[in-house]
Order: sequence, then structure tokens, then C-alpha cells
Amino acid sequence: MNKIEPSFRPGGKLAKLESVYDGMETFLFTPNTTSRSGVHIHDGNDLKRTMITVVVALIPALLFGMYNIGYQHYLAIGQHETGWFTMFLFGLLALLPVIVVSYAVGLGIEFISAQIHHKEIQEGFLVTGILIPLIVPINTPLWMTAVATAFAVIFAKEVFGGTGMNIFNVALITRAFLFFSYPSRMSGDEAFVKLDSAFGMGGGTVADTFTGATPLGQVATSVGDPAMTDIVGQPISCMDAFIGCIPGSPGETSMVAILIGAIILLLTGIASWRIMCSVFVGGLGMAALVHALPSATYPASMLDPLTQLCLGGFAFGAVFMATDPVTGARTKVGQYIYGLLIGVFAILIRVYNSGYPEGMMLAILLMNAFAPLIDHCVVSSNIKRRAKRAAYKP
Amino acid sequence: MATVRLRKGFDLHLTGSISDAAIATAPQPQSVAIVPDDFHGIIPRMDKKEGEHVSAGEPLYHDKNYEVIKVVAPVSGTIKEVRRGERRHIDAIIIIPDGGEAVKHDTTRPATDLLLDSGLWAMMRQRPYDVVPVPGVIPRDVFVTAFDSAPLAPDLDLVLGDKRQHIARGVEVLSRLTDGQVHIDVREGQHIDAPGAHINTIVGPHPAGNVGVQIANIAPVNKGETVWTLDIVTLAHIGELFNTGLVSHDTVVAIDGEMVQQPRYVKTVMGADLETLLADQLAGETQQCRIISGNVLTGVKVEPDQWLRAPYRHITVIPENNKPDEFMGWASVNPKRFSIYRTFTSWLRGLNKPVSMDSRIKGGERAIVRTGEYDAMLPMDIYGEFLIKAIISGDIDKMEQLGIYEIAPEDFALAEFADTSKLELQRIVREGLDKLRAEMS
Repeated sequence: MNKIEPSFRPGGKLAKLESVYDGMETFLFTPNTTSRSGVHIHDGNDLKRTMITVVVALIPALLFGMYNIGYQHYLAIGQHETGWFTMFLFGLLALLPVIVVSYAVGLGIEFISAQIHHKEIQEGFLVTGILIPLIVPINTPLWMTAVATAFAVIFAKEVFGGTGMNIFNVALITRAFLFFSYPSRMSGDEAFVKLDSAFGMGGGTVADTFTGATPLGQVATSVGDPAMTDIVGQPISCMDAFIGCIPGSPGETSMVAILIGAIILLLTGIASWRIMCSVFVGGLGMAALVHALPSATYPASMLDPLTQLCLGGFAFGAVFMATDPVTGARTKVGQYIYGLLIGVFAILIRVYNSGYPEGMMLAILLMNAFAPLIDHCVVSSNIKRRAKRAAYKP
Repeated sequence: MATVRLRKGFDLHLTGSISDAAIATAPQPQSVAIVPDDFHGIIPRMDKKEGEHVSAGEPLYHDKNYEVIKVVAPVSGTIKEVRRGERRHIDAIIIIPDGGEAVKHDTTRPATDLLLDSGLWAMMRQRPYDVVPVPGVIPRDVFVTAFDSAPLAPDLDLVLGDKRQHIARGVEVLSRLTDGQVHIDVREGQHIDAPGAHINTIVGPHPAGNVGVQIANIAPVNKGETVWTLDIVTLAHIGELFNTGLVSHDTVVAIDGEMVQQPRYVKTVMGADLETLLADQLAGETQQCRIISGNVLTGVKVEPDQWLRAPYRHITVIPENNKPDEFMGWASVNPKRFSIYRTFTSWLRGLNKPVSMDSRIKGGERAIVRTGEYDAMLPMDIYGEFLIKAIISGDIDKMEQLGIYEIAPEDFALAEFADTSKLELQRIVREGLDKLRAEMS
């Protein structure tokens, strides 16, 4: 690295790539810079490690997502006896292009932005780049993913000042952009199950009984007591949703994989347990409330609370999206309120707004907007307490 | 007698602690220096010139704004050099000691005058702003910390030595200068005999010994109030001055850290030169050592040809990093790579075992991303993160509202150590305090 360094410094041939060089160098080698002012020793943790730990926590969901893409595909073409490894391989081939596109577009923009501002490349997109493939339906055309990622990184992040400054979760903005720009490709029969072949693998005639809607999609369009079926018409239970062999976005289906991720995040202390737990508490409470007041107009209200939490993107959002420290509430009290309201709104939107079968994305984005206000109120109480103390003269 | 229990904070155990409480006597220093930067808030105006003779206790310089505040020579001798840096900033005043007599003060004079003239005033600090107290302002209370909880810090009971007999007199003097009380904050099991003082026991990890943390948990500083702060050693020196008319400039210094051959306590004089003090003490070449006057969190980096700096009681020597860049350091699973967070594996090894740490930052500076990091290291009713943001953005109203009057840079030192975003919090706090002070005057 040191040999090629000079050409990247100002005046060198490749000076335009200085940020990229720095990014690569600090990625490969943790610099041995020593402190100049202030404390003389520093904790070993840095943002790179923090972000990488989140990526590690996402790996179970990623691997299971790949398997499930294959499982759903072979189920749809009537070859459900196919071996699990073939299914996984199919899913890998199907998901890999999305991951590549997401990282290439996102990191590309980050590199350019860092170079323009002559700043070091920051690590934020490491996590965002893996979140995007996990929450975007598998049949989304790659160009749509690319456009949405570019939009989100530029307008939700870079214009606010980059990593650590954004107001809204970048991955969710990508999803929301897709959702509102190309609604027909984001729900219904054709979004969540890959039917054509991936790099020549798989492919075949789709069974006649095929319906590709997610359980929540079925619930939203059902009349009366909702009965959820898998893509070939077999009924599915809460347990199926817990394990995750149901149609849905790649990362969101399996509660098991998400829980492993949650344990990693909580054990390492990266995610706030306050937010994570209160999202589930809020969701469970709201789900119990709507279940107590069932209505045929809103079929989702007939789902029992636990099934509500196992379906859709609720768990994935609670564990990986709501806990984003940059866009969430930062005070302890604020985190309880923030999480609780996300849970409540997610179920509220899911049940009482038939236009959106899933409410998690909108609930988190809504609360992202309110997080600074929640924090402001919490901090104001501290300010008031201090002012009161100053005014009090014994 | 009150007990305050603190849960936030962290006791960092470094290798190279002192195992033997015996106090060695250092050889006579070849030179002694006063560094004006140690007395924050004073703009020095020299009273003595290069080549002149000073007696121990005689003023070297006074403050530009409050001429009564004086900083005195710790030894008798000849001023060899007034070393100046950029824009004639005085870096150090160097004295070659000759072993002459010290100035004896008239103890019947008013207490304030005596404190100012003896130089002991300049050894105290005030909240707000963490500067040398402004004369003429009567403090609401006086807070004295009787222990140092920083990593490898000296036991102040040992530093006190036989000066402990003067504490009661010191309390008596300071009680007359404040409207409120003289608080002495001790750690659990420490006994300080001081009739007239309010003794508080502080239980908990570092920064429990920081006087700012103690104030915040006993009687926080509000806007418009002033509190004097000092350590128990200075209090004993004040008592001694009023008992005997003499100011002691002798001090006991803990010399410790991984790069010290034999960590130990040494008796010397304030501002002694390190060449004498550290002779044959370093375990390695000087380039491999980072010599810190003070502790690893709040101390200042000094060169081997410089001097012991205020508060004149601690020298830590840690390894200076000369290793090549660490290959993919962020991916390390080595339990010896110390982190208080569980993202690394060091917690499996136990965080209370002594660790070896060098001066690397181990990461790049970033925006504040993780939540609650500062709060976990700051046992005060203050939202550290929001306060830091207010300071960075220069919002004076917000700084006041969020409690900047209660803090000093040292209170954020532990947060700076633990900060994932590697921000220079102590520098940020100092700049905020200076800005506010300039704005208010």
C-alpha cells in the first residue's frame, strides 16, 4: 500500500481517488495514529467494528433468506423435494445481483461524495448495503433497486451530511421509494416469489394452484376470517411464520434467524434493548387490542397477537431498523416512547389501513421524523429541572 | 456525613501499578519549571526577568486581568530562561535551583491576601469554567476531593504524608471565605480528620474522584454560582501556610505505567525536571515511551527534557506505538485488544484484569452514532451527548441550559476514552468553557 500511496496524494496522478485510497487503506489496516490531545489511550472499538458487528448479526437472516428464495421457487414449480443445498444455491444466485447492485451504487455514491468533500469514507453504508437486498422483494428489477438506492443515499443521507447525520433510515427510504414509485411491483402475486430461473438455474412450469401473495397480503384482501395459505394453497400456521418458510422479502420471513441477530446485537450492546423490547411490547399490546375488537371490515384484526408479530416485516424492522441509533431516539426515556409508538403504529397501519398490508416501514419512518421531538421533550425536562434548581434559593 | 453511590463510570486497570508504598527520595532536580498553561484562566505578565534570582515562594508572574493572582517559584534559584513559543506565548519559566531560603509569610494578614501572595490561590480552581478562582467572588461552597480515582493514580493519603496535620487549619481558613460549607469528599474507608468540614463518602468507579462529579451529586453548581475546588493536598498546604507561614513546594509523585522499570512513589519538588526524576527508570528507548505528566486520561504528554506538570503528583509512562498499522484491526478477535464494549472479545477475559494499552486511537473520527456512550461514563444529571453537540454548534443558550457550568474537561475524559466516534471531547469542552467565559465577561 505504501508504495502506491504517493500517486493518490494531492498532485499525484490519481489524486481524484484519494478518498477511495484512504478508505481502502483504513479498511485493510487500522492506522497506528496516536492521540495528540486529550486522553492518551482509547478504547479498541470504532465505527467500523460497530458496523461490521451489525452485518454479522444480519448474516443468519441473509442465509435463511437465500434458502427461502430457493424453497419458494422450487415449491412454486412443483419440485419441493429438491435438496436444501440446491435451494440455497438458487437463492444465492438470485440474491447476489441485488447485493452487488446495492453495494456498487451506494458505495459508489459514498466514494464520490467523500472525494468531493475531501473527507474519509465513512462506514454507514456497510450496513445499509446489506439491509437493502433483505427488505426489497426479490422480483424487483435491478435497475429499480439501483435508482432507489441512489435516491436514498443522496437525498436521505448525503444532503444531511453523511453517516451519523441522516434523519431517516436510508434502507427504509430505499424501500419506501420503491413502494411508492412502483407499487405494482412491490406487492401482489408477482413480487415475492422468484419464478424464473437464476443464471440458468431452476425455472419451470408454475403449478396451477400458485398464488404468490404474502400472508399479510392475503389477509388484507380476504373477506371475513382470514385463512392464510402458502403459495401452493396449503394452510400456514404461526409456526411456519416463525421458522420462515413463507413468501416475503428475503430477510424478513424467519423469526428464528432474526432472533439470532437480535441476540448478537443485544449481547454486544450495539442495539438499544430499550427500543427493541418496547417495539415488541407496543406491537403486542396494539395487536391484542385490535384482536379484542375484531371487525370483518378489517380482516387483519382477527389475527391473534403472536401471529401478527411473526408475520411481515415486524420483527425484522424491530430488530434491525428501529434500533438504528442515528435515526432513532437517543435518550433513554425517549427510546421507550419511540419503540412503543413504532410497535403501535405498525399494527395500526397494518390493520386499519387496507391500502398497506404492512405498516412497519411507514411506522419506523414516521417515528424517525418524531424521534428528535421526543428527545427534545426528554432533554427539556432536564433543562427545566436545572432551571428550577437555579431559581430555588433556600 | 453523607454517602453518595455512583454506578456509572469505569475503573480502568492498567499494567504497571505501584506495589510498594515506600517513598523514595529523588535526587535534587537540575532545573525546575513552571508551565503557565497549567494555570488555566491566568494570562501571565512576568514579574521576574531571565537571569534574576528568585526565592522559593516569590512571585514569578501575575495575571493580566486580576493582578493580585500570583504564581510563585517552587524553589529558590536563578531564572535560566523564559521560554516562549508562537506569538510570545510563555511555554515555561525555567529555574536553576540553588537551595536558598524560602519566603516566610506573615500569617496575621487577611486570609485572601495571604492565599493570593503565597501562590496557593492559583492552585485552586473554580466552577464554572474550571479556571483559577476570580478574586472578589465569594464561593457558594468549597469542595475538596480527598482521592484520585483515575487509572494508576497515586494514593493521596501517601502524597499527603505528614502534612495531614494541617488539614483542620485549612478547613478553618476556607470556611471563613465561603458562605456555605467546606465539603471533603473521601472514598470508602478513607479517614480524614477535619472538624468543621462536611465529609461525604463517595462510592463507585472512576470518575468518582473527580471533584466535578462529586459536586454534581451533592450540590450542583447553578448559573450565577461559584464553587471553589481543590484537592486534599492543596488544602493541607493552605493549612500549613496559616500554621507556619511557609508554603511547602515538596510533593510526592507516583511514577508508574507499563514502561517504568520499577513503579514507585518518589519525593521531589513541584516542577522538577524529568531527566533527573526518570533517570534510569524507563523500560525502553525514549521513542518507545509516551511520558505523561498526570494520568492517562487527563494528563499532558511531556518530553523527557521537560518538567513535572500540575497537579504535580503523577507521572505515567505508557508504550508509544511504533508498531506498523494493524492488518484489519476492526476484525480482531484477540481478547487482548481491550475494549469495554462487547463487540470485541476482551470482556470474556474479564475487564478488571490489568491491561496493557498504548497511545493508538484505533479508529477514525466520526459523527456521534452510538447512543448513551457518554452518559454511561458521566455520573451526573447531564445529557452529555446533547451538551457536546451544543458546544460544537456554539449554541450558548443551549450550553447553559444543559449544564455546562457544572462540568470541566476532565469530567468528559472517560467518555473520550470510551467514545466509538473518537471525538476529542476534552478539547471540545475546554473550547466551550472558554467561549462562554469570554462571552460572559
